[in-house]
Amino acid sequence: MISLRPLPPTEAFFLSGLYSMAIEQDDIEKIAELARIRIDQGQIGQVTQRITEILRMVDQLQAVDTSEVQPMANPLDATQILRPDEVTESNRREAFQAIAPAVEDGLYLVPKVID
Amino acid sequence: MHDRTVAQLMAGLRDKSFSSAELTRCFLDRIGALDEQLNSFISVDEEAALAAATAADARLAASDAGALTGIPIAHKDIFCTDGMRTSCGSRMLDNFIPPYDATLIKRFNAEGAVTLGKTNMDEFAMGSSNESSYYGPVRNPWDTNLVPGGSSGGSAAAVAALLAPAATGTDTGGSIRQPAAFCGITGLKPTYGRVSRLGMVAFASSLDQAGPMAHSAQDCALLLNAMAGHDPLDSTSSPEPTEDYTAQLARQIDGLRIGLPKEYFGEGLDNATAGQIDAALKELEALGATLVEVSLPNSHLTIPTYYVIAPAEASTNLSRFDGVRYGHRCADPVDLHDLYTRTREEGFGDEVKRRILVGTYALSAGYYDAYYKKAQQVRRLIKQDFMHCFEQVDIIAGPTTPGPAFALGAKSDDPVSMYLEDVYTLAVNLAGLPGMSVPAGFVDDKPVGLQLIGRHFDESRLLNVAHQYQQATDWHLRRPASIAGGAA
Amino acid sequence: MQWETVIGLEVHLQLATQSKIFSGSPTTFGAQPNTQASAVDLAMPGMLPVLNEKAVRYAVLFGLGIGAEIGMRSVFDRKNYFYPDLPKGYQISQFQHPIVGRGEFEIQLEDGSTRNIGITRAHLEEDAGKSLHEDYHGQSGIDLNRAGTPLLEIVSEPDIRSAEEAVAYLKALHSLVTYLGISDGNMSEGSMRCDINISLRPMGADTLGTRAEIKNVNSFRFVEKAIHHEFERQADILEDGGTIVQETRLYDADKNETRSMRSKEVANDYRYFPEPDLLPIVIDDSYVEALRQQLPELPTQKRDRFVQQYGLGNYDANVLADSRELADYFEAVVAGCGDAKIAANWVQVELLGQLNRGELELASCPVSATNLAGLIARILDNSISGKIAKQVFEAMWQGEGSADAIIEARGLKQVSDSGELESMVDEVIANSAAQVEQYLAADEGKRKKLVGYFVGQVMKLSKGQANPQMVNQLLAKKLQ
Repeated sequence: MISLRPLPPTEAFFLSGLYSMAIEQDDIEKIAELARIRIDQGQIGQVTQRITEILRMVDQLQAVDTSEVQPMANPLDATQILRPDEVTESNRREAFQAIAPAVEDGLYLVPKVID
Repeated sequence: MHDRTVAQLMAGLRDKSFSSAELTRCFLDRIGALDEQLNSFISVDEEAALAAATAADARLAASDAGALTGIPIAHKDIFCTDGMRTSCGSRMLDNFIPPYDATLIKRFNAEGAVTLGKTNMDEFAMGSSNESSYYGPVRNPWDTNLVPGGSSGGSAAAVAALLAPAATGTDTGGSIRQPAAFCGITGLKPTYGRVSRLGMVAFASSLDQAGPMAHSAQDCALLLNAMAGHDPLDSTSSPEPTEDYTAQLARQIDGLRIGLPKEYFGEGLDNATAGQIDAALKELEALGATLVEVSLPNSHLTIPTYYVIAPAEASTNLSRFDGVRYGHRCADPVDLHDLYTRTREEGFGDEVKRRILVGTYALSAGYYDAYYKKAQQVRRLIKQDFMHCFEQVDIIAGPTTPGPAFALGAKSDDPVSMYLEDVYTLAVNLAGLPGMSVPAGFVDDKPVGLQLIGRHFDESRLLNVAHQYQQATDWHLRRPASIAGGAA
Repeated sequence: MQWETVIGLEVHLQLATQSKIFSGSPTTFGAQPNTQASAVDLAMPGMLPVLNEKAVRYAVLFGLGIGAEIGMRSVFDRKNYFYPDLPKGYQISQFQHPIVGRGEFEIQLEDGSTRNIGITRAHLEEDAGKSLHEDYHGQSGIDLNRAGTPLLEIVSEPDIRSAEEAVAYLKALHSLVTYLGISDGNMSEGSMRCDINISLRPMGADTLGTRAEIKNVNSFRFVEKAIHHEFERQADILEDGGTIVQETRLYDADKNETRSMRSKEVANDYRYFPEPDLLPIVIDDSYVEALRQQLPELPTQKRDRFVQQYGLGNYDANVLADSRELADYFEAVVAGCGDAKIAANWVQVELLGQLNRGELELASCPVSATNLAGLIARILDNSISGKIAKQVFEAMWQGEGSADAIIEARGLKQVSDSGELESMVDEVIANSAAQVEQYLAADEGKRKKLVGYFVGQVMKLSKGQANPQMVNQLLAKKLQ
């Protein structure tokens, strides 16, 4: 399913000074949930503060005019090589599952998945 | 035996002054005797190392040897080694024994090099001081109260302390060059895509690059010969042909044009360090090079750009550590959510979690354009700055770091001040360029590194300049006092 | 109120490659769990994707097949979410720059009318693994064999207005992709899975209602049922003055109902961004042109040709052009017997009928095109009647050999010997005094009807083998 992300704040909005990048504890909790990282309630304040400092440093970027600049994903601006459609892998289940935390009947086990 | 360069050891093995087994034993003994104070290794498998040495001796005897056959090498614990724990400095992978080798490891194995062990590092290569390792900090052999730099701090310390003649490292924002500078050794970050990333635990895919760390530029060239080359299993590895990186070492550098970015010599650079760098540049001038002032006008944006792109890529690269197929899994998860969140809470350290959160934020709905896309655009501006410079000069030179190694604990509570340590190295990764750090003197008995930056795929030129400099200076031959003892 | 259904379909098509989209693992269906999951598929640390050339080629072929814009520079993105069947914690997909852009696609309905359905885009992506819900001590089992299987996600515009159109769209799509040879289209093995976006609006309205997305519907029949069911559900809510919740629902074929998927309730933020382990795919005009040259005749082109060349009706031509195999079979029959209309009739009625009854694929059909053509030739040269021909076809189906061999062995050849026929006609006339009297008393108009009785008697006497034309002529002569 393709869903369009909500429109981000515009550059002008950032530059206007009306927008504050201050991040709230709530935001950190939301992000931690997206990243599936539990944060101890006792630490959340400190984590929020550290991340606020990092984002404040990063916010210098907002002052740069990049309207004419193509984003650069790869430093060499290289293009993708293609692999021939050939089977090159053999079954190595035993080796891979020897290092797995929980397996049975060749399956990886996890707490019940609910659709 | 232990205080020789790789080039000298290669000669010794060939003229049978010693065997690889003897050489390997010597380094293993030194690790046993000295690494307790340095903590530069996470894993050492003596048996496997000696078996590899014996096999190498057989190849040498049968005249079936490659250049590095029988040479002991320490590998950063970020490269997957078949049958040997690969922790990446993290509790998450404390129990992880890969059933496969990284391409880089395969190449060294095919050469007949001997893996001495796996070196300590900042957790998932995120750090500039080696203090974020799950296995405890590494100490700088020049002064054990100092950090060795990071993230390849274990490799740098091991080479500096003569626990290994050479080591591999990885460099995402300075992780080879900065510890090389702090530990007084020579380190090379090749062009992005020059060395395969397959089997190297990913931090930031578009920035990560593996490279050699050794005493001399010549040794780095010898190691790079084994490492470089296209890997069909890494889409980002370059098909650009490789060359014999030792071939240009002896070339004179008269007429070479060296660009000095004025932004790298201004505010923020420690005075004494600046003095050492100036002296090194004078030396290069004496060798016939011309110094030219250049400008990298977007230098002030490298830290913010890097600290969007690297955490963003890392945040999703590290999603695979979920406690399902390998690595740490929390005890008795009550449900799937608990499995994920607790496994990752327990498995990752603070700095890693911080970067995952920053990266997740930068990519999240509503912020992508303001952060990630913006950073990718500025990244192009930063690269263009370098491209403009290279229209005027052959290489760029400057300090590797703003100052020498700092004390353990000095910055560990302040991430942003830690990030500033990488101010001169990050841009090279953003632009995908090759960069080196070369020992260039001392400040208060602490080593200082000269950084050399080249055009894409111009590693030969960097190695040539560094080698010529090392022919004229002896900074790279200085050894810390703390390393006496152990086998000789 | 009269409601209009607005439907958009997202079809996940498994591409028929030997190996996975980003690794060299096999894609064979039905292997033991996790035996086809390599280090790349398992997202082992340090593993990297490398793109399968054939997946790119197949995607471009599809784009050419629907006359779409081809993405000359397409980009893979990471779609981030945690799920145990998604080993990397992200799916490699294409978000902003898909390999196939806007195109259009003609479907034909039962009444022979056609409609164009817009294709928004089609993009390459990797499949996820499977969660098995059998109870492993209160846990689920994860099989990652399917993880990394190449998919082409084909997204339609909300141009579909009924379950019938949805099914026609899927059938036409199935037909196209099997023609192109880019997918086996095997729905029971999950090669073609469908998500249905459906909303209702008052007939005549031009704004869209709130939609529900029904996930993973895996057969034409279920698509039809799921849409009918969802229509009822939404219409009930709307007519009670309620509002539709935008949500993901799962179709339960056993209960014929859709239900909300709890796992998808939490709003996802997929954090799409360009996959840094892969580089942009850049293809050039010569690549596209070379593939265009390789395009086979497509279903709609073939259908139009059948109408033109063989004088078939639109509907018949559509049925026959549905699959390349069937079309080839049909044309081989025509070539062998020389009569397209009879061939079309036999293929559609007898052949497809038998195949459906036996739930057989054309590939395992026991009657070859040559044999069917041989049978039709015997009808055309009057060796057998249409009725006898059906018996012969039955025997051919049972593997008794060619039409000629069966006709010979069973002695089914039509009796055209005038002497033999004459004596049979005489016998019938002799035994039917009352009918003869009636016939002779009747006027010309009625005689035409009454003669049928005598023909029937002669056919009965000849066990159906008398040449009906000659019988008619003889009767006409004798009953004067």
